[in-house]
Amino acid sequence: MATDLLENGTIGEINKYDFITPSHDVFRAARGLNANIVAQISEMKKEPGWMRDFRLRSLKIFESKPMPLWGGDIGINFQDIYYYLKPTDQQGKTWDDVPQDIKDTFDRLGIPEAEKKYLAGVKAQFESEVVYGSLQEDLGKKGVLFTDTDTALRDHPDLLREYFGKIIPPEDNKFAALNSAVWSGGSFIYVPPGVKIEFPLQAYFRINAEQMGQFERTLIIVDEGAEVHYVEGCTAPMYTTESLHSAVVEIIVKKHGRCRYTTIQNWANNIYNLVTKRAMAYEDSLMEWIDGNLGSRLTMKYPAVYMMEPGARGEILSIAFSSKGQHQDAGAKVVHCAPNTKSRIISKSISKNGGRSSYRGLCKVEKGATGCKSNVVCDALILDPQSRSDTYPYIEVEESDVQIEHEASVSRIGEEQLFYLMSRGLSEAESSSMIVSGFIEPLIKELPMEYAVEMNRLIELQMEGSVG
Amino acid sequence: MAETLKITNLHVSVEGKPILRGVNLTIRRGETHALMGPNGSGKSTLGNAVMGHPNYEVTEGTIELNGEDVLAMDASERARAGIFMAFQRPMAIPGVKMADFLRHATTNVRNPSRKEGQELIPMRQFRKELTEKMDQLRMDVEFARRYVNDGFSGGEMKRAEILQMAMLRPKFAILDETDSGLDVDAVKLASQSIAQIGREQAEGEEMGILIITHHDKLLENNVPDFTHVMLGGRIVETGGVELAQELYTEGYDRIRAAYPDAAAADAEMQQATAAV
Repeated sequence: MATDLLENGTIGEINKYDFITPSHDVFRAARGLNANIVAQISEMKKEPGWMRDFRLRSLKIFESKPMPLWGGDIGINFQDIYYYLKPTDQQGKTWDDVPQDIKDTFDRLGIPEAEKKYLAGVKAQFESEVVYGSLQEDLGKKGVLFTDTDTALRDHPDLLREYFGKIIPPEDNKFAALNSAVWSGGSFIYVPPGVKIEFPLQAYFRINAEQMGQFERTLIIVDEGAEVHYVEGCTAPMYTTESLHSAVVEIIVKKHGRCRYTTIQNWANNIYNLVTKRAMAYEDSLMEWIDGNLGSRLTMKYPAVYMMEPGARGEILSIAFSSKGQHQDAGAKVVHCAPNTKSRIISKSISKNGGRSSYRGLCKVEKGATGCKSNVVCDALILDPQSRSDTYPYIEVEESDVQIEHEASVSRIGEEQLFYLMSRGLSEAESSSMIVSGFIEPLIKELPMEYAVEMNRLIELQMEGSVG
Repeated sequence: MAETLKITNLHVSVEGKPILRGVNLTIRRGETHALMGPNGSGKSTLGNAVMGHPNYEVTEGTIELNGEDVLAMDASERARAGIFMAFQRPMAIPGVKMADFLRHATTNVRNPSRKEGQELIPMRQFRKELTEKMDQLRMDVEFARRYVNDGFSGGEMKRAEILQMAMLRPKFAILDETDSGLDVDAVKLASQSIAQIGREQAEGEEMGILIITHHDKLLENNVPDFTHVMLGGRIVETGGVELAQELYTEGYDRIRAAYPDAAAADAEMQQATAAV
């Protein structure tokens, strides 16, 4: 997608994502949060009783939990937010079925174009609902399910009852509870045993309205020996008031399965992005999180892999970029629950113009999980004296026969490096941009080409105007 | 009239300490100049000041390129104006591939008015040219995919600097001890390459070259039209190739004796350096 956009020049400026679609929502719940609103959402969606009860129970948990005292300042008034906003009556199976204004939005974001070129399936969520969905026909025939989570609740209730809220229960944290109470949309994926999906499945999340809360709920089940690469992109226009994005993503990777989950988010600077992501990886399986955090006022997100059975592997690659008025409190969690499991975390953060990046990570080895290996590398690059970087690594090891490595580095962009590049004719801005892209290169090269191009481009956009 | 790089009465301080104390030097395109002198006499400082390193503060004097004020330009603008320096210890830029870096640099230098975001030279044309130059320098193609100076051996770094010079086709090049840390064969290759690149330059004019060196090897293929001796932050004597020959066989005793003021300044600078 990004490559094409580059060619025709539609990504020209940082506010490419900063436009507001004049849409006509078909239903908007009253502002604020209470049991009536939660019940109303459930009713609108014609959900079974167990889900309605789950939501109401989750609301109580949300209300009972204090705000976290660590991480960043969450300056949000929960009663100012719209929790449910339905943009259209039905989901499109072709882009022509999607209301024109919303279709135009996704056109501008390059989604239909990308879909034609290199995606196996797409979900596009606008505000609270998925407005478009597709899946390659042959994958459907092989039994692959790729729907929005609301549809999954109607069509595959058994799978939902078995897995929904089991990886991340509402008790887990305040924002998981909030999502559990008011969730809407998100992706549901089931990959049957042995099915390997060659091209990525992509979901695109767009917040358009002001003071909107988006609470998508994603559940991915990768059955034995199956493989999937799922990609999510997120954007929103800039408003002066705050919006909230609080997703829950639950993943199960069964024996010999592989799942890669790539996030490229570029939120506007007024978004609080408080997301819980967790995967359980079973025997000899591999779970990979690739997490690109750009934009937002505050992001608190620590994708986790619980290695449940021997031979499971977890890998987390995380990039955070924070600029003026932004705090990226991002990181990763790896929990070794079984012997001979392996994990790797690589985190790179960049802070400029007074931005603040924190790495917060957990490496835990439970009793009995012998022979585990974990390698954590986190590097921070600080571009100017106003910016800040912190590292909070937590290591809890209850076994002695394990191999845990942790390296951390913080560097400031070097005057000598800048001068060297400038002495070859690069402008100061180009030079710092190049140093930054070199810094994240070890992560970028893990991405499929299209996403690598997009990620590089987003970083370049962030770097524009950063000098002088 | 040949294009000219003219340095007049140049005084340069680093961290408030005066290093250059009135350097005069004029280089015309097509000329080869050798700059010699004991360690710490200010040779690299002159190069860095001409290239525009922000830590080298010009306190007095002028640098002009065809009458244009070079001191008003930042390093990037100087490069685009046609000035190049091959560094003694070039910086590593991890994660940035030689080819990407060079494509940006080459585009900017050849199209000095290029704005950021405007197109780079076409990949095919660039690759072809880069491969040719790398062949000439007997560099493996793999080199272009490596990160800039990252984990390079001393010899690789120097060759990479010469490669950059070949691609950027400057009007004036300063080579700061490009022979240091190289074995005999490598120096020979560097020497031949510099001579060849210097002669084949664009716009019908050859390069003006300033070679900073302690040895004779680099000058074998680049016979200097002028040899300058720097002592205590000044050029105290200028001669032809015979002066270079004298200095690398006899050393600087005669020079020190002949210019006691400069020798005193030099001793002072050496002490200041040792104290750091």
